[in-house]
Amino acid sequence: MPELIWILIETLIKAVFILTMILLAAATLVYLERRISAFIQNRYGPNRVGPFGLLQPFADVFKLFLKEDLVPKVADKRFHRIAPIISLGVTLAVYSVIPLSNYFTIDTGESVRKIYLGIAPNVNIGFLFVLAMTSVGVYGITLAGWSSNNKYSLLGGLRSSAQMISYELSMGLSVIGVLLVSNYFTTAPNGSWTNTLSLNTIVLNQSGWKWNIIFQPLGFLIFLVSAFAETNRAPFDLPEAEPELVGGFNTEYSGMKFGMFFLAEYGNMATSAALITLLFLGGWQLPFPSSWLGLTEGSIWLALAQFTSFLLKIILLAIFFIWVRWSIPRFRYDQLMNLGWKIMLPLSLLNIVITGIVLQFFF
Amino acid sequence: MNITKNTEAERMNFWEKIYIPEIARGLGLTLNQVFKPKFTRQYPEEVWEPEGSYRGRPVLVKEETGERCVACGLCSRVCPALAIEVQASETEKDKERYPVKFEINMLRCIFCGFCEEVCPEEAIVMSKDYHLVFQSQEEAILSKDKLEVPIAKLQDRLEFLRQYR
Repeated sequence: MPELIWILIETLIKAVFILTMILLAAATLVYLERRISAFIQNRYGPNRVGPFGLLQPFADVFKLFLKEDLVPKVADKRFHRIAPIISLGVTLAVYSVIPLSNYFTIDTGESVRKIYLGIAPNVNIGFLFVLAMTSVGVYGITLAGWSSNNKYSLLGGLRSSAQMISYELSMGLSVIGVLLVSNYFTTAPNGSWTNTLSLNTIVLNQSGWKWNIIFQPLGFLIFLVSAFAETNRAPFDLPEAEPELVGGFNTEYSGMKFGMFFLAEYGNMATSAALITLLFLGGWQLPFPSSWLGLTEGSIWLALAQFTSFLLKIILLAIFFIWVRWSIPRFRYDQLMNLGWKIMLPLSLLNIVITGIVLQFFF
Repeated sequence: MNITKNTEAERMNFWEKIYIPEIARGLGLTLNQVFKPKFTRQYPEEVWEPEGSYRGRPVLVKEETGERCVACGLCSRVCPALAIEVQASETEKDKERYPVKFEINMLRCIFCGFCEEVCPEEAIVMSKDYHLVFQSQEEAILSKDKLEVPIAKLQDRLEFLRQYR
């Protein structure tokens, strides 16, 4: 079979698999959010629909499908329609560069094909792509706020963009430390600086418990806090602050358009958890040598084990996200800006300087 | 007046200003709550049993010898929502009067308990029944056979009335 058809089939299968996975992940996170918040508040949460209420998120989405789709008369119809699509599309797009496991090989008879779980995990601008995409994500929220023609929505959208600008800086800077460390541990021949931004390379360089969280604790902390701000969650959910802004940017949305924002929020949470895992917690690396399972590199079972390990790390992080949301009160706007510019930014710069000095003079 | 001294920020010590230990403490607090007993009552399975003081659906007391009601019409007269309709008739028994028709419209009833208060025979009392579901307006008008409840089931309420009225 010609090469092109192979690539097309492979990409199609992967795309369907990854899309299904993200939507299922979003559903699972909605369920976890409702259940964990209930447990924290001494309640049971949804436990009626299906076993342990597991089908509750599907019931929620089904209900949203049946709801009337209202658009305000004075809203800008085009942007009002596009905004949730941007939000969800960006969330899904980020997954194209995220490696879900190491490669596995299949013998097609003509040749041995290396298949990576992930659409383009080796693309050499991997992390830049992620940063770019999460920045575009803010357009969705800001446009939603602006096109609704509602002052509360507009405030929510504006807050979102201000927040994104403040925290993206320290987020990007905290990753530089990771890249420095990652290059120091590089497994590539002659320690070249090629392909350093590829997420798969970063994960490969963390093999054998050389997880970046051990070498970059400060960077991890900064990235974690920035990730909370980027996903508009937990103590930084100012764009949708219910008590002050009615519903924030999604006040004027109903039906499945609201559902798309809803899915995008939880998809974003999964994305952030995946990024933190990839950059600091060893990505798809198993927490023990793969020889313990008696599997060699390239076997499909090892790839599945790595995928499971990756998924487990994501879920644990997501539970942490939810736990934080139901523990910590929302920041005030000026406190948010203070934290972003006066504390996080200097700290992330300090982190780069320390990492650079240590790597240059002590190793 | 410009207040700059003794603010919340100034009163915090070093560890509180660092903020992270305090976050960890908060997370510990919520984690603690997860393992505590829940307050939720799983309603259809766990049904709440009210005390005698509960004012539920008004019912007619039915003794072994027959009904207590003498169809004086006081409850119907006092009812602020005009929910009760009584039609009296004569009988050979020693009470001489009884209601041929006794209807309470549960869509009008406001559970005020005036009918119970005004009743000279203690014939109409509030029960503990709060599962009131109707599928049509006609169904919500309870007739005498649905209203009459044996006296054994109403002991809590009668005891409460004896004590506090």
